[in-house]
Amino acid sequence: MEKREVVIIGGGPAGLAAAVELYKKGIQDVLIVEREKAMGGILRQCIHDGFGLTRFKTTLSGPEYAQRFIDEVQTYRIPYRIDTTVLYVSSDKVVTIASAKGLEKIQAKAVILTMGCRERTRGALGIPGERPAGVFTAGVAQAYMNLYNRMVGKEVVILGSGDIGMIMARRLTLEGAHVQAVFEIQPIPSGLPRNIEQCLNDYGIPLYLSHTITAIHGKERVTGVTISEVDAQMKPIPGTEKEYACDTVILSVGLIPENELSIDAGVPLDTRTRGAVVDEFFQTEKEGFFAAGNVLHVHDLVDFVSLEAEKLADGVAEYVRGGRLPECPIELKTDRNVNHTVPQKISGQRDVNVTMRVNRKFENAVIVLRQGGEVIAKKSMKKALPAEMIQIGLKKEAIRGNQEIEVSVEW
Amino acid sequence: MGEFDVLIIGGGVVGSAIARELSRFKLKIGVLEKNLDVCYETSGRNSGVVHGGIAYDTGSLKAKLCVEGNRGMEALSRELGFTFKRCGKVLVGKNAEEMESLRRTIAQGEKNGATGLRLIDKEELHKLVPMAIGEFAMFSENSGIVDPFIYTIALAENAAANGVQYFFNHEVTAISREEEQNLWSVTAAQGTYQTRWVINSAGLGCGVISDMLGIKGYHVIGSKGDYIILDRRTGELLPMPVYPVPSNTYMGIHVTNTTDGNVIIGPNAENVMDFTYYGVPQENMDYLAKSASEIWPCIKKADYIRNYSGILPKWVDENGVIQDFKIEIRPELAPNAVNLVGIESPGLTAAVPIGRMVAGMIGEYEKLEENPGFNPRRKGIIRFEEQNDETKARLIAENPDYGEVICRCEKVTKAEILEAIHNPLGVHTMVGIKYRTRSMMGRCQGGYCQMRIARLLEEELGIPDTKIRYARENSWLFTGKVREEEA
Repeated sequence: MEKREVVIIGGGPAGLAAAVELYKKGIQDVLIVEREKAMGGILRQCIHDGFGLTRFKTTLSGPEYAQRFIDEVQTYRIPYRIDTTVLYVSSDKVVTIASAKGLEKIQAKAVILTMGCRERTRGALGIPGERPAGVFTAGVAQAYMNLYNRMVGKEVVILGSGDIGMIMARRLTLEGAHVQAVFEIQPIPSGLPRNIEQCLNDYGIPLYLSHTITAIHGKERVTGVTISEVDAQMKPIPGTEKEYACDTVILSVGLIPENELSIDAGVPLDTRTRGAVVDEFFQTEKEGFFAAGNVLHVHDLVDFVSLEAEKLADGVAEYVRGGRLPECPIELKTDRNVNHTVPQKISGQRDVNVTMRVNRKFENAVIVLRQGGEVIAKKSMKKALPAEMIQIGLKKEAIRGNQEIEVSVEW
Repeated sequence: MGEFDVLIIGGGVVGSAIARELSRFKLKIGVLEKNLDVCYETSGRNSGVVHGGIAYDTGSLKAKLCVEGNRGMEALSRELGFTFKRCGKVLVGKNAEEMESLRRTIAQGEKNGATGLRLIDKEELHKLVPMAIGEFAMFSENSGIVDPFIYTIALAENAAANGVQYFFNHEVTAISREEEQNLWSVTAAQGTYQTRWVINSAGLGCGVISDMLGIKGYHVIGSKGDYIILDRRTGELLPMPVYPVPSNTYMGIHVTNTTDGNVIIGPNAENVMDFTYYGVPQENMDYLAKSASEIWPCIKKADYIRNYSGILPKWVDENGVIQDFKIEIRPELAPNAVNLVGIESPGLTAAVPIGRMVAGMIGEYEKLEENPGFNPRRKGIIRFEEQNDETKARLIAENPDYGEVICRCEKVTKAEILEAIHNPLGVHTMVGIKYRTRSMMGRCQGGYCQMRIARLLEEELGIPDTKIRYARENSWLFTGKVREEEA
């Protein structure tokens, strides 16, 4: 059986950044496995710009951003396989891959999970109504338009104010479709403020908060939708129904980390992130399995995906060299205003960067980390939005023993 | 436009089973199907349960044909290459009244010829289905599940391989009798076909076609049921269907495992007269989850992957009481016509016995000569995912397209997609590919693979982008290209 120190599952932004960083740290017996015909992951279809401001201090399109990493992979001759799908990973890190070349098994010392995420679908949400053609998730519409050159419709209604949905509102408008409105069931947008400005406001596309689709109509192709206002519990308010005639419905209603391979390998997940539970080394609770990027928790910006994967490379390098990593007995607990943290546990022996999201909008809030009632770190924020990831640094000197850390929002 | 010995109106599971049974004889047979594939309506929109024949009145066609269909399902599934699992099923009860009801059900089932029925206690119930909620249960060991899509497609493909012609997008609009020639003229939008025999197996359209044949007066209502499909990971928590104790007319909301490891919740039952509305309202979804949770407490919204509904055609009398299957020849009203009315549940189980019965009825009017070339066997599309590693490796070595996984959730390869695109019935819709391969049926619902499948349909069959169809005639996917491509 082929042996590799590290097998990286997925050649998107996380997998590429991890591979390059591992190389720089001297871990070069690596294989990136990518199922598509080219590396780059979802960035391949993200032809809009705005990527790279944090990581490269310049604005790039998705393919340009990915290319920077692909160029490094190629310069360093880091091994990769395209058109190759991982079928399963055993709990003892044997990776089974399929390609036109055949079925192969690779024994890895460490497995890096960087499979990204998938879109939440109509069926997962249970959007009521008929089942015509013309209901697309935003990423599918984006792939059809940007990778396959196929126009998906003319009269469009968008459900969900996720970033890809807003970006598709602009893209469809620029290609001659009429986007009537974006409807968001929550009282606040789920995408980034800059996308509301640049993709909706600049094109006169209205965004209706606390509204949702309560029925999709059409026996063959979509003919329209019924829109209702919702109350504070997000239940439709009877009597507020309005009909919109359209031929296309675009859904931008959330992303779900794609952890099917992880689950089968026995990697425990966090029900809040639907990604693995990880420590500060990005090692999951299954030894030798590491995860970063959208497979771990859905990110707001790709720059943070790359930075996280580069951080992961530190831990993987240490694990490959030393065979083990320090224990991480200190758990991070969240109050009801904080959705989750990554990592979920730490060693207490090093400085760590804790990533988190709040559950609702806060103004003039302070994110506080406490241990046994004592404040060990805090961050003041003018505005904290669920759409934006929050990072907070934690110094090892501040950490007191192995007591759990409570993460809360005060305002 | 051609003369047939037999024209079958409706190519669902029953029409296709009839077509296949008749293709055992030297007959020129056509099937007129209004949809673009064989299982778009009742045949594809159900629980996929192979019933034991327990719940029907003794002596009824439903009871007799269901028991017969159940017994023959293994042999049929081997012949035709579709998945059938005799997994058994349980009806769970809580109180003395329900216990009594289950005792009556067993007695009824045994009278109908069903075997392997018994009451089991809580302990045995939990051995069979650890998560089921009930104080006791009735176990029906011969009940099972089938893949309703492949089952129907297999019957149709095998019929086609034995000479039956399928005509899709052929909704019948008129039928007339040319008495002097002893022929029927059957008109669809595409033309008129002449035939010696007509068979009405139109499912939801059975009342309309019966009227066209001159056999008037059947009152057919729709019973619409909604379903929720759960992620494949839930399948391990449900080794067999779990039902509540049934009432006289309705089986109750149950949970059913599918042959692919998903779980289906449903159906409710609502009388409808619109046989084309397949929408699922919010309150029904909520109700299904709530009811089913009372017998199987494993329903989480995070596991929802899709919902759907199906409509059963029920023949009812003037008091609204549901009647038996009607399978008849009425020479005084419509000579040389076999009229099937109200073929609802257990039609999926009973389809082949119904087909045999129809062939037998025609055989009473004319001598049917055996077709010596009849081949009962059909080879289905090999499912890469279901093979062991050795076979997988061999498949890729023989055909590298097996190494290209197109659908990630169900691990469907390009080789399988291509085989489905070139299917023997000439179906070329997205849903046609989905039903034949399971691609787009998984938890991402085609989010990853549908673009590739649409592209392959264009490339392999030369279909222009604007003519790619999701399921039905006007269910277009694209208005055209974003930019004109340079040659």
